[in-house]
Parts: sequence; structure tokens; C-alpha cells
Amino acid sequence: MGSWIFLAVLAIAVIWLVSTYNRLIALKGQVANAWKQIDVQLKRRHDLIPNLVDTVKGALQFERDTLEAVIQARTRAVNAEGVKDVAQAENMLTQALGRLFALTEAYPELKAVGNVSQLQEELSSTENRIAFSRQHYNDVATNYNVAQEQFPTNLVAGLAKATPAELWEIEDPGERGVPKVDLSIR
Amino acid sequence: MAHRPSDLFSQQEQNRRKSSWLLLGFVFFFAWVGFGGDIALYLLRDAEAIGYQHRVPFLGIIATILAAGMAWAAWRWGDRQVLWSTRAMELINPVTAGQQRLVNVAEEMAIASGMPKAKLWIVPDADLNAFATGRDPATASIAVTEGLLEALDRDELQAVVAHEYAHVARYDTRLMTLVAAMVGAVALVSDGMGRFLWHGGRVGGAAGRAVGKRGGRGAAGIVVLMLWLLTLVVAPLVSRLVAMAISRSREYLADATAAQFTRNPAALISALEKLDDARHPTLAVGRGAAHLCIVDPGDRRFQRWKGFAGDLLASHPPIEARILRLQAMGG
Repeated sequence: MGSWIFLAVLAIAVIWLVSTYNRLIALKGQVANAWKQIDVQLKRRHDLIPNLVDTVKGALQFERDTLEAVIQARTRAVNAEGVKDVAQAENMLTQALGRLFALTEAYPELKAVGNVSQLQEELSSTENRIAFSRQHYNDVATNYNVAQEQFPTNLVAGLAKATPAELWEIEDPGERGVPKVDLSIR
Repeated sequence: MAHRPSDLFSQQEQNRRKSSWLLLGFVFFFAWVGFGGDIALYLLRDAEAIGYQHRVPFLGIIATILAAGMAWAAWRWGDRQVLWSTRAMELINPVTAGQQRLVNVAEEMAIASGMPKAKLWIVPDADLNAFATGRDPATASIAVTEGLLEALDRDELQAVVAHEYAHVARYDTRLMTLVAAMVGAVALVSDGMGRFLWHGGRVGGAAGRAVGKRGGRGAAGIVVLMLWLLTLVVAPLVSRLVAMAISRSREYLADATAAQFTRNPAALISALEKLDDARHPTLAVGRGAAHLCIVDPGDRRFQRWKGFAGDLLASHPPIEARILRLQAMGG
């Protein structure tokens, strides 16, 4: 009788161990996937910028500096390596783009060009996608971090090689207000 | 503000379970209607008089097979059926700026929610409304009316699309699409069966004779028959009430999840206000799919009736109540 109870307890423990381990691994996969999604969206922005610059450069001949700044920021962002460097370069690119958008507001003739308003929609969508992919990354990373610290899941965390995932912080507090580039022309 | 994953997971589980029960209940309802009809025929037909004894319960067999077929079709094509009934057109190549914006916004929300991108549909209707359907995130469809595309700004459109993605993420769409497919079928069958028996069996007179001839067995037959008739009368109403009750509580939860996706409850508030102000009924959406929509497609003055009857018949909670809850989230 006693050995049966022992076996039952053992079986429950094993089932719990396996399911908890698998849950942690699944969460870890989600975090990695969400991180990749940020990269995808950043690359999308890099690909769109040359188009934008081409379209507006005719009308913005006297604003060479701003255009140059965008191009340079893009080049830096494309070549950036490592989390910190990437974050910094992308923040600079966001700011440069913000200035360019502000400028296009001052040139009403630009808005008349259908291409430009289309591109603006594409770019503001891209900015949103980047923001949302970071938000999603932070959401799943938080879930993962909480899960591996909670008792009794934390007992399995070492086995699943779970370490807390780093959250994407907004470094420049001033940026909090900016990221919405809404130039919706209606 | 992040959802605990267990919340979402248990919601999905609940919706999956309810969907299975719904399918089962649907088939059982039809089996009861069919076999009950057989029993009534067996007990009430005067065998000696017409030379026919009802022995093979063919009504029950046919009804059960039919119900299983319909349940399977609702599972497989329920979303198509709903979309077809609203004359929605799939948005594949966006042409206008508004359509392009919808595509972009939907992609943004797919990213924010971490789900695959839903198919997009446009309902040719000037009123402001939107709904989602499909049995899981991979087969999800989101439809908005033309009026909605025109009237909402980018943030508001995003909020509405987020609300629909929330329904998809929570598996509300599975349950609600099945309900939509079945409410229609139940109403149809209960009408048809009632009429068939009424004219074919001449229930009243036959029942009287049955009691006279068969004594105790006939009395049991009357009880079965009464129960059976009651089911036929009540089923359409009950199925409609179930549909309404199912969708009401879900709207609050989807609003909350939408706010979590966009981190912008204020945009959902102003979108709901605009939807509420557009008083015209959404003609393209019939009553059968009303519970799928973000706001009640019927005449919204109806919703403003306060009190029990108004609440019971409304497929959606009052907009003011939804706005209050969103404001509490910091909108």
C-alpha cells in the first residue's frame, strides 16, 4: 500500500516537472521570437527610408542637412551591433525622422504629392510596428521573468536554463512623448 | 497592466469548452426534436384506422444526421457563412488610402498581440460597425464597414481593430460564430417541425383519441408530446437569449484587452462615442450575427431602454458603461 502511494506521488511530481519545464521553454521561445520581430520591423524601416528620401529630396533642396542626418542615422543603424548600440542608433534615427516629418509639414506642396502621403502612412505605420513589437517583447519577457521567479516554478528554472530576459527600456525620457508620428492627412 | 498569461489561457480554455458543449447540445436538440417527433407519431397515429404503424424512427435518424452535418459545417464554414450574410468583400489589394491604413493598422495589431495577421473584409454599409469571426487565430477574419473606415481617425481605427483582435485572441470568435450559425438553424427547424406536425399529425384530435384508446401509455405520450412542443416553442427564444448573454460579458473583456494591445484606452473611448452617435442601424448585419459586432447593429435607441427587459434583449452592454470602465483604466 505504502509503495503505491509513493509511486503515485512520484508520478505526479514527474508530470509537474515535465509540464513546468515545457512551459518555461515555451515562454523562452516566445521571448526569442518577439525579439526577432523587433529586428524585422527595424529592417522594414531601414528599407523604407531610401524611398522616402528620394521622394522628398526634390522639394526639400534647401534642407540638405536634415536629409543628410536621416541618411547618416540610417547607415549607423544598419551597421550597429549589440543591443545597446542598436538601441542608441535606432533612437537617433527616430529623432532624425521626426525632424524630417516636421519639415514636410512646412512644405504644403509636398502633401499634394500622392506618393509622399502614402510614404508617410507607411513610415508612421512602421514607427508604430516598432513600438508595438517592443511592447510585445516586453510583455512576453515580463511573463517569462515572473514565471521563472515564482514558487515553485523557480525550482525548475535552473534546469530549463531560464535567466531573466532584459526588458527594452526607453533611454531618453523625452522620447516617451514623441514616438507617435501621426501625420494622417485626411 | 500586462495580462497574466493564465488569465488569457483560462479564457481560451473556457471558450473552447463552451464551444464543444454548444456543438453537442445542438446535436442533442435535433435528436430530441427528431426522436420526440417519432414518439409522438408512434403514440398518436391510429394504426388500425390508417393501416400504418410508425415503427422506424426515421425522423430522429434524419434529424440527428442532419444536425451533425450542420454542426460540422458551422465549425468548418461558419465564418464564411457570417461574412457572406453581410455581403462583405475581402480586402486583398488595398486601393484607397483608407484601405491601406486599415491593412497597416491590422498588421500593427497583429504585432502588438503576437498573433498571425487576420484576413480583412469590408462590409458595404454606411453605418459604423465591425466584427470578427473564425474558429482560431489562424483562420480569423476581421470585417469593418465602409462607414467606419471613413469616419474614424487612425488611432480610433486602431482601437476598433484591437478590440476585434482581442475577441480572436480570447477565442470568443469561435464560440460566437458557432452560435451565429446555430441560432439560425434552430429557428428554422423549430418552425418547420411545428408546422409539419400541426398540419400532418393534427396533434390535438389525435392526442385525445390516443388517451382514450391506450390509457396509461397514452397519458405518458401526452407528457412527452407537451414537453416536445414546449421545446419547439421555446428553443428559438432561448437560443437567441443565449447568444445575447454570451456576447454581453465578452465586450467588457475585449475592451480591456484592446486597451492592453494599444496602450491607448482614450482612442477606444472616442471610437465608441463615434459609433454610438451614428444612430443608423447597420442594415447589412442581420439579427443572427448581431452578437458578433462591436456595437449593436440594430437601432441603438432600443439599447437605451433601461431596465431588465432592455438588458435581457440587448446583445451588448450600454456604451456608457463600457466607456466608464475604460476611463477607469486611465483613458
